[in-house]
Formats: sequence, C-alpha cells, structure tokens
Amino acid sequence: MGATVISHEDALDGGPGPLGATYGKMMMWFFILSDALTFSGFLAAYGFSRFKFIETWPIADEVFNHFPFLHGVDAPMYYVALMTFILIFSSVTMVLAVDAGHQMNKAKVAFYMFLTIIGGFIFLGSQAWEWKNFIKGEFGAVETRGGSILQFVNASGERVALAEFAKVLPEERVQHTRDKGVWFSGESSLPSYSVAEVMEGFKANPNLLIRTEFIKDKQKVVLSREESLKRLEDAVYVVEGANMYRNEYGSKLFANFFFFITGFHGFHVFSGVIINIIIFFNVLLGTYEKRKSYEMVEKVGLYWHFVDLVWVFVFTFFYLV
Amino acid sequence: MAHAHESNTKRIWYVFGLLSLVTIVEVAFGIFKPASLHHTSILGTSPLNWIFIILTIVKAYYIMWAFMHLEGEKSGFRWSIVGPLVFLILYLCFIILVEGDYVYEVFKEGHLKWIF
Repeated sequence: MGATVISHEDALDGGPGPLGATYGKMMMWFFILSDALTFSGFLAAYGFSRFKFIETWPIADEVFNHFPFLHGVDAPMYYVALMTFILIFSSVTMVLAVDAGHQMNKAKVAFYMFLTIIGGFIFLGSQAWEWKNFIKGEFGAVETRGGSILQFVNASGERVALAEFAKVLPEERVQHTRDKGVWFSGESSLPSYSVAEVMEGFKANPNLLIRTEFIKDKQKVVLSREESLKRLEDAVYVVEGANMYRNEYGSKLFANFFFFITGFHGFHVFSGVIINIIIFFNVLLGTYEKRKSYEMVEKVGLYWHFVDLVWVFVFTFFYLV
Repeated sequence: MAHAHESNTKRIWYVFGLLSLVTIVEVAFGIFKPASLHHTSILGTSPLNWIFIILTIVKAYYIMWAFMHLEGEKSGFRWSIVGPLVFLILYLCFIILVEGDYVYEVFKEGHLKWIF
C-alpha cells in the first residue's frame, strides 16, 4: 500500500476537518466547551458559598421582585422570565438565520440576523434595568458589628423602608470628598439616614420588628419587639442597595456573585452582539454569497446559542433554586 | 453535512414552543411553590429544586441538540463535547458542594462566632 496523499486546498478556508466538521466549527465548539466549564466553575463557586451560608442566604424572590411600570408591586420571577423569553426568542431568530443560510437566501439571513441583534440589545437593556434596581435597593437595612444584616418589617411581616420611619435628627454629616480635606482620601456617598436616625425612628414606632438573615422553614426569622430593640443596639452601618462591600439583601457574597456572574454573562451577550453585527455587515456585503457558504453565520450562531444556554443555568441557579 | 439544503423551520418553532412551555412551567412552580414540593426534602434538597434542575437540563438538551444542531453531528464529535462537560461538571459540583456543606457544619459546630 502506497502512501495516500490527500490534497485539501480548501483546508486553509477551514475546509473538511476530522469528525465530519470543518475546523472552524470544531474550534468554535471547543471554545464553547472551555467557556462552559468556566461558567460551571462560577456557578459551582456560587453553590459552594450558598451551601456554606445555607442558613443565611438571601431569598431570591424577595430580592428580584420588580417589574417595569409596576412600582411597589411584589412581582417575583416575571421580569427574569421575560428576559429568558427575549433570549430564547433571539436564539430562534439566530437559528432561522442559519437555516436561511443553508438555502443561500441572503435577504432572509440578513433579516433574521438583524432581529437577533435587536433581541441582544433588548436583553442587555433589561439586564441594565435589573442591575439598577439591585444597586439602588428598595427598603434599606442596617448592618451590625458582627456583619449581619437586619431588615425592618411591620407587625404583619411586610417589609418597611427606612424612609417610612427614620427620624430626621439635627445632625449634619457631609460626604468626605478628595477636594474638601485630605487629598488622597475620600468616601463613597453617604446613606440617606444615620444609624442614630434609624434607631430613634425604630423606637418611636412600636409596631416595627427586625427581621434577621436566618432562615427557618424557608422564611426569614422575625424577632420579637424586645429582642429587636436589643438587637438594634449592635447596628453600626446603614445599608441601602448593594455594592461590592455590603448589600441590604443579606450575605455579602450574594451581591458579589450576582455582579460577577450576571456581569460576565452580560459581557458575553455584549460581545455576541458585536460579533453578530460584524457578521451581519458581512452578509449585507455579500461576503458569504461569494464564498458560497454561510458557515460563518452558523459559527456565530453557535456562540449566540451558547450565551442563551448559560442564561438558562443562571436563571435556574440565581432565581429559581 | 448531508442535509445541508433542507429547511428545518418546523422543527425550530416546535423547539421554541417546547422551551417556552418549560420556562412557563418553571416560573409557575417558582411563583406558587406548592408546599408539598417546597417544604419536603429528597436527596439533600427540596423536590421543587430537583424539578427546576431537571427542567433546566431538558432545556439545555434542546438548545444544544436542536439549535446548536448537535443532533446532525457525528456521534464522536458529540461525545467529545458533551462527555467532558457532563463528567467535569458533575465532578466539580460534587466535590465543591460537599466541601461547602462541610464548611457549613464547621461554622455551625465550631466555637467561633462568625455572624452576630
């Protein structure tokens, strides 16, 4: 048997590779594989922290309960469900673009790619809104010396915002900025109320109670009035909304993981949109018409579906479980 | 690809309907949280959580098989992607979650107060 020489002049163009797939498509798949493992690492780390602090982890339904134009209405899940639909639908338009590519239908590919890009932007906008609500917070809380978060509820267990009861005391504390004072030091914006103001307001409203971070029977434990008054003496910070150091929802790691995982996913969506735009213009310019193959659309399609796939898992582990 | 030129539009819309349905079911469970599923526990967590996880895997299967078109690839290629994912993720979750639970026990039983 003589040596067989196979000439692949199209190999430079990502031509036939092993396992019946082109090199380009294969490498996209293996990139996705590695990226999927990265996200698994993040979600597993989230799981680790959650198992570690299983008794004090915030309840997602109480944190993510906003919906546009329904201010003050408790609407858990609906908004993320909507975001999931937006992403699944943009996945559908993407796969329709790939399908049109198989039929070499340039106009249809361009149309569906366009819809996919729009869907991507809508998703990014939704995520920005979600972040805005998360960072701004709704009720506010205090943090104790030992790092636990105390929230305020009324007698029927409903959350009460600081603004509803905090007293305004004749004390003035100005935010310390670099331009007023020592040039190398500053501080982040001050909360709307001081600890003393919250305490006075709490004492003046006998029907207010403190809700701790601890979960019993899937609900946060509410203290009695006497216990609440005693507990509040430990308060050292007023926490409104969320940042990287503390958040009004509870465990500090909760906000860190939220920012990191949804942020990293949002970054993937953003780069996916950019790649989609580039390919969209290539389609319009007729690049793939000349190449007689729309495989490039298929490859970016794989990436776009992957972004959707990751969101399915983020949705489950951040909002449902 | 042998079937490069045929259209799969029908299948695409079918899978979209299925994914939407699964999401709606998940959201409905997430909102109503039936007590019999929410307050009981099997294999370390509530049956409700297991339902969520299983439905998520169903969704992932349809996205990968239909949208990413793994069903049209050669089985060797399919395995080279799904095999490492399934094995490594299961292993990672197992080892990390067991460790997380252990740390929880240590914090709970230990003499050091960590949150007060």
